[in-house]
Amino acid sequence: MMDEVVFIDGNEAVGWGALAADCDAFFGYPITPQNNITEWFAKEYPKRGRAFVQTSSETASINWLYGGASVGKRVITSTSSPGWALMQETLSHMANTEVPCVIVLVQRGGPGQGTTRHAQMDYTSATKGGGNGGYKNIVLGPYSAQEAHDLVQVAFYLADKYINPVIVLSDGIIGTTLETVTLKKLEFEKLPEKDWALRGKGRQKDKKRRVLTSAQGLVPTPRNPSFVALQNTLFEKHSTMEREEIRYETYQLEDADLVLVAYGYSARVSMEAMSQARGIGLKVGMIRPVTLWPFPYQQVKEQAKKGNKILVVEDSLGQMLMDVKMACDDGTEIGLVSCLDRHEVMEGGAIYPEKVLDKIRAMME
Amino acid sequence: MNDNKELVAGTPKIKINVPVPLAFCQGCQHGSATRVIWDSLEDLGLEDRIIWVGGVTCGTVSAFISDVDAIGPVPHGRAPDIASAMRRLSDKETIIITYQGDGDAIAIGTESLIQAAARAERITVFMVNNVNYGTTGGQMAPTTLIGQKTTTSPTGRGTNKEGFPINAAELVAVLGGTAYSARGSLTSPANYNKTKKYVKKALQKQIDDIGFSFVEILSACPANWGMPPVECLKWIDNTLTKQYPLGEFKDLDALV
Ligand SMILES: Cc1ncc(C[n+]2csc(CCOP(=O)(O)OP(=O)(O)O)c2C)c(N)n1
Ligand code: SF4
Repeated sequence: MMDEVVFIDGNEAVGWGALAADCDAFFGYPITPQNNITEWFAKEYPKRGRAFVQTSSETASINWLYGGASVGKRVITSTSSPGWALMQETLSHMANTEVPCVIVLVQRGGPGQGTTRHAQMDYTSATKGGGNGGYKNIVLGPYSAQEAHDLVQVAFYLADKYINPVIVLSDGIIGTTLETVTLKKLEFEKLPEKDWALRGKGRQKDKKRRVLTSAQGLVPTPRNPSFVALQNTLFEKHSTMEREEIRYETYQLEDADLVLVAYGYSARVSMEAMSQARGIGLKVGMIRPVTLWPFPYQQVKEQAKKGNKILVVEDSLGQMLMDVKMACDDGTEIGLVSCLDRHEVMEGGAIYPEKVLDKIRAMME
Repeated sequence: MNDNKELVAGTPKIKINVPVPLAFCQGCQHGSATRVIWDSLEDLGLEDRIIWVGGVTCGTVSAFISDVDAIGPVPHGRAPDIASAMRRLSDKETIIITYQGDGDAIAIGTESLIQAAARAERITVFMVNNVNYGTTGGQMAPTTLIGQKTTTSPTGRGTNKEGFPINAAELVAVLGGTAYSARGSLTSPANYNKTKKYVKKALQKQIDDIGFSFVEILSACPANWGMPPVECLKWIDNTLTKQYPLGEFKDLDALV
């Protein structure tokens, strides 16, 4: 059967991706600019016998995920920046308990109530463990509607593989831009059954009870009999993810003298700037991290080592910039195109390719 | 049958010993509150198909010493959200209960509790009310009596600044999704047996798919009340029940 090609935005693409991943339930609370994700699930899920619930807050949403994950189901929520802030406590609980879920964060301007439009200002809280206790979660950054659809499926796979939450870090432009998307079920390695899930003792294969707790480290579990055992488990888990799961795309690095580093909508803008720069003979390449955590430090480091200049493009005051700096030596020349370079000062402003090209020229000429 | 003579004795099969570094203080009634739920689960034969959601309270320990599938402590106050998701994603035969404190259920967890009741979630919430925050050392709770001294109301709770106690069982009863709401105590075998009837009825509402069910259980906290256990029981009978009367506040066979 041919895969269906549709014309949808990056928000709806999340819904189709979740369905392709056989996600059982969506629990969410309205917030701009991701409302049509919630509405997509309201329309498409119940008629397919899957669960949709509009929750009473984002604090509730993430706890619904915690409950759904604990009974072994694939669960997803989506939100924007203020709602993301409300989810941090339970996200941390889920990391301790070791249960999977997928959270789609369609970033908007901040801080505070901020704007209702695009921005990229939650990179740090998403990639560095926004809640308490120093946990880590994989963060995937789609740069198109197609990739939103695909990465949601990857997110479910990785969440189940590591039994840990996974974040899909989108933004208001990726979320609301209409593009052609091929609806396609991605294939993944088969994962073990969720033997740890709660279903009632009598329904467990061995008829023995299962206990899940977010107080691993205090309450001894077979997997983590002590506090340090838990820290070891998490350390191993984080290290394995850092070793195995780094994903990125590179563009025209072979002869590049300046390398752009960008994700999400900024990556789309940067690609346009790159081709304009090439058009006037400037050797510009690009690294697009697809996993924002674990971050492709090595790939950025190699470019810095070659003596190439680095230009970070992100619609914030410079958050991914910190990861790029960590990857580079002190001597590397690193530039930034930030939210201060938006084409217009009100909330509708965005980073345009022209601004990126200006910065490229300033650094290269 | 004379209720007063029926003693609570023996050890329920559900109770198991695990190496949990937590215990109740002497005379704490979380043990009895857990016991009344255990007895009811055994009577109804639900051990094999129940999921126990333990809130953040001294009573979280019950989740670990009960031989049933369990999760806890879940984020403070959010047990009804978690239980609701389990309800929506489990088969009808699965029974979902929460075990919460009064601070957990009606301070930080107010949204979670009220919304679950309004949605008529087929879950059963047990709120063990000791009119203070036991776990953290006896601070004021929304249930603390007017005039009652706690570590954060050292001169006694005043209505002007600290406000009025919340009667959770009556409040929950008002909501359209609630099929059953009751308040019991455990100060005598008679009261124990009455409370057990409430607990079983609440579980039956879930089994029969009628609506949300709720039982508030008044519970002694000798450590923080600063009274010997027997005095605590008298205080519950003579003082606490004036603010928190025992009985059933709602009992429906179908939601209207
Ligand atoms: C988000 C959060 N805030 C505060 C706490 C600290 N805390 C633990 S138990 C508790 C109060 C519990 O009181 P109650 O629900 O009445 O139960 P009790 O201990 O009296 O049985 C508090 C405030 C916490 N664990 N999490
Ligand atoms: S502090 Fe109070 S509620 Fe907690 S165990 Fe001690 S007596 Fe029980």
